[in-house]
Amino acid sequence: MANARRIISDLRLFGRGYLRNAAGLFFGLIFPVILILIFGAIFSSGFSGTISLYYQNHDGGQISTSFLNTLNSTSMVKLVSVSDSENFSQYLSAHSASDGLIIPPDFSANYVAGQPVNVTLYGNPSQSSSSIVIGTVTGVINGFNLARYGGSAIIGISQTTANAQVTKYIDFLVPGLIGFSILVSPMFSLVNISSEYKRIKLFKQLSLTPLTKIEWLASKVLFYILLSATSFLLMTAVGVLVFGAHIVLSLWLIPFLVLGPMFFASLGMLVGTVSKSTETASVVGNIITFPMMFLSGTFFPISLMPTYLQYFAHVLPLFYIIDGLNGVMIYGNYAQAMIDLVVVAAITIIAFVAATRLFKWRED
Amino acid sequence: MIPVEISSVRKSYGDLKAVDGVSFSVQEGEVFALVGPNGAGKTTLIEILEGLRKRDEGNVKVLGLDPWGNGYVLHRRIGVIPQDFTFFDKANPREALEYYAALFGVEIDADEILREVVLDDSAGVLFENLSGGQKQKLGLALALVNSAELLFLDEPTTGLDPNARRAIWDVIRGLRSKGRTVILTTHYLDEAEQLSDRVAIMNHGHVVAMGTSDEIIEAHGSGERLEIHGTEELAAYLKANTNLNVQSNGKGLISMAITQKRDALTVLTAAERSGLEWRDLHTRRDSLDDVFVKLVAGRIDEKGEIRVENPGGNSNGQRRRK
Repeated sequence: MANARRIISDLRLFGRGYLRNAAGLFFGLIFPVILILIFGAIFSSGFSGTISLYYQNHDGGQISTSFLNTLNSTSMVKLVSVSDSENFSQYLSAHSASDGLIIPPDFSANYVAGQPVNVTLYGNPSQSSSSIVIGTVTGVINGFNLARYGGSAIIGISQTTANAQVTKYIDFLVPGLIGFSILVSPMFSLVNISSEYKRIKLFKQLSLTPLTKIEWLASKVLFYILLSATSFLLMTAVGVLVFGAHIVLSLWLIPFLVLGPMFFASLGMLVGTVSKSTETASVVGNIITFPMMFLSGTFFPISLMPTYLQYFAHVLPLFYIIDGLNGVMIYGNYAQAMIDLVVVAAITIIAFVAATRLFKWRED
Repeated sequence: MIPVEISSVRKSYGDLKAVDGVSFSVQEGEVFALVGPNGAGKTTLIEILEGLRKRDEGNVKVLGLDPWGNGYVLHRRIGVIPQDFTFFDKANPREALEYYAALFGVEIDADEILREVVLDDSAGVLFENLSGGQKQKLGLALALVNSAELLFLDEPTTGLDPNARRAIWDVIRGLRSKGRTVILTTHYLDEAEQLSDRVAIMNHGHVVAMGTSDEIIEAHGSGERLEIHGTEELAAYLKANTNLNVQSNGKGLISMAITQKRDALTVLTAAERSGLEWRDLHTRRDSLDDVFVKLVAGRIDEKGEIRVENPGGNSNGQRRRK
């Protein structure tokens, strides 16, 4: 019964109106890109993986130099030299640093002589960087101890990488913020227009034309699919070109980019329809939207959250969209993405049908 | 086929009987006006006819269809300006017309329709920037898109300036000359008199009078009316010294219904005897306005509210439309 010509002409009118509205354009396309630029910039340096390790070398012999070089070559720590004249712990706190290493005088001589000698490690046990420093330094010390007696390691490690790429924060951020824009634009817009059109009786007027309410909602869904696709391309381009995100593009993304906006447009419509006034609609819309905005893996992976919040995330529809996007774009885990897709498809159908059923053009 | 035929239509909102047993039919090619103050039930009734509201009781046939059950079919064949017509803020009149044409699946010449409603100079102006009159003209233009055989115009000129009102009147007269059937609601009596073949005066959900202006005046008027200009003091003197129903509008116009020529002489004599100033004594027939005041016990102001002029009259007219 739905008529493509009517859907297209409604889509064209709505789209033109949207493009003429600066606020809509900003929140639909520009705001997500700004978010990616801001969060990408904030975390791209902090997550580089190297830890600054401040050291004082009181020895000066060849062995200590070689020890430090070995430590440096692990690329786990970045060595920063502190002059002998400085008070080491004062220097650390003055530089807001907690990780430090002191090599004692006679380090080289004792090593050669086979006399026990201790290096001193400074660290803050509450920080994860400290255990990395301890592990790294211990590894280097073991190597030197073995070498002193001409031994070689018996147990070795053969490494394989679990993922194609080491995931960086920006890799999470791109799918997360794509999910964010899939949520925000259609949801807020449909909550607003469906309650506003009801208030100014625009729906009543449209009911006097051959346009059906399914066609009306279909055109909104189509519009937000197009908008999401555009903002997907923009955000992916910024993520890859500006921050070097490692992202896999696959046809698997398409169902998420289609169903996501369809779900949130329907949900927004539903909220706007059942609410008595524009104000109620906006409050209800915010109550539904805000937890999803932050707790579905938008700005950070949900594995960083406490367990109870992780459970909570599993009742948020956006979680399944972002989880699916992560599965496709980061891990290439299509089995997981498939499960997410089934969940998203099911809730989308429910929301769309409920929205078109409960939504009324006219009052009794 | 009779375009509109209704009988004993009722609709209540809670305790308020918005439409309380209305029956009439409208003939093909007729312009039919529903006149009444705010809250009289005009909009509820016209929305029942348009298929926008469900009636509680009664029979309604519009173009042979029950509007509530067959709205989707009916809406292709009728044109409507709803009260407080509105449109998408960011669309201009030409786009609005093209949109409606696409929805109805008809070919139109948007410029011609815009010229017809005198909106061609604002074809590219966004709806949010149009004046009230221009918005209303767009509403009328959209109602013309599907070349409907039957048009419903709910207060098409309310709140418009005289020029905009006259432009819309011209369009409605044009529709009439093309043989279209038009049902309009208004609270301007002159509009109803100017445009329509027949008028139904509504009050408190009832049709209190129906017919051509002449028929209504004939049936409900009090015949000849005598008017004289003078002070309140004169009005009081005339009231006391004649047995006529003397009314004063508070602005120096005193009027009274007269049944025989001798009454005029009585008034003239009394006025002279009072020793007070008077001028412009004349007689005239009751106008539709007079009948209206009598039927709804008040005059309607610009906004459609009843202003009771006769302190003894019924002041229920303050009831507002839902």
